[in-house]
Amino acid sequence: MNAQTGQPNHGHPPHLAHHFHTPGQQFQSAVFGMWLFLATEILLFGGLFCAYAVYRGNHPEVFVHAHHYLDRNLGAINTIILLISSFTMAAAVWAVQHGRQRMLVGMLVATLVCAGGFIGIKAVEYQHKWQHGLLWGKYYQPQQHDSPATTPAEEVPASAEPAAEVPAAAPAPTDDGPHETFRAPSPGPTGLVPPGPTTPEEHVQEAQNVRMFFSVYFGMTGLHGLHVIAGMIAIAWVLVGALQGRFSPAYFTPVPMVGLYWHVVDLIWIYLFPLFYLIH
Amino acid sequence: MTTPAKPHAHAEIGHPVPMKVLAGTLAALLLLTVITVGATWVDFGAVANLWIALIIATIKAILVALFFMHLAYDRPFNAVVLAAALFFVLLFVCFTLMDTRAYQDDISAHRTAETTRSPP
Repeated sequence: MNAQTGQPNHGHPPHLAHHFHTPGQQFQSAVFGMWLFLATEILLFGGLFCAYAVYRGNHPEVFVHAHHYLDRNLGAINTIILLISSFTMAAAVWAVQHGRQRMLVGMLVATLVCAGGFIGIKAVEYQHKWQHGLLWGKYYQPQQHDSPATTPAEEVPASAEPAAEVPAAAPAPTDDGPHETFRAPSPGPTGLVPPGPTTPEEHVQEAQNVRMFFSVYFGMTGLHGLHVIAGMIAIAWVLVGALQGRFSPAYFTPVPMVGLYWHVVDLIWIYLFPLFYLIH
Repeated sequence: MTTPAKPHAHAEIGHPVPMKVLAGTLAALLLLTVITVGATWVDFGAVANLWIALIIATIKAILVALFFMHLAYDRPFNAVVLAAALFFVLLFVCFTLMDTRAYQDDISAHRTAETTRSPP
């Protein structure tokens, strides 16, 4: 019910819906509603952070070991890119609040460019892990060249799975099989050069559990990546509106709303970066 | 609006955060990123390093929430929503960790029993 249709003497500002008293109240309602949505987003990621906490609490050595497969430099670059994009988004809100149309467009474009850079670097990281078989769950099949032991895993009995192009790295008949798999007779081509454990049994057990790291890694960064893409779509939508001149200091609600969403995407990454890339 | 309206035209919609504050926030965030990367080169012990990283991340998150997300200038009720969400996430994680620890002894006992029962 925006009375945008040329009725300046309608008795209220043109962008004010009838059920609000003032533009300020209307804006505050939108902000509050956005915060409620962001709360559900935080709870959504909270479940994954909980999974992370449980896995890391139970298997800290796996996380210490597996994070060496992540490129800390790429993670740091992505962190900086996302922080800068958060700033440009906040600057876009500042620009629209001050009626600076060209700065608004420029800052939105800069935010989109940063977001694209983040996704691009993330794609490079994912591609690298895909090539090396460092994937989630049963798809965790690290390549042989990482392994000191080159014996194939043919001694695995009763392999229920039709083996993929790489011989199964860990003797895992089923996904969440019980701990019988830890009795694997050989050291096994774990595909890992763990610094810590020494006995063969620990080798196998770690290979069994490292897949959990990558499950959590892909679950959390994947969901975060989807949010980045969703944020890019939202920013592009606001950018179109800005180019059409829909926003002014009197009405700019979509800009800070998309900004809030984008900042939450940044907030999540602020935690993901040290939790995955900076394990000590 | 709760604040007394200033005379200039758009004072009643939102509160523009000064550009100096925004730029300063970005500088602080980048500095903290450098610090948190640098802290991993120093060995404070696995637990201490994790806590240092989490504390730095929380400082960064607070900066983003206060200034980029305008919480420092907003009505406090929005901050209450955020704090409530974080509180329940914290509850969730803590109770789950308590629960998973509760079974660890049983799991370990089960594993040792399994290995002794059927030697390799």
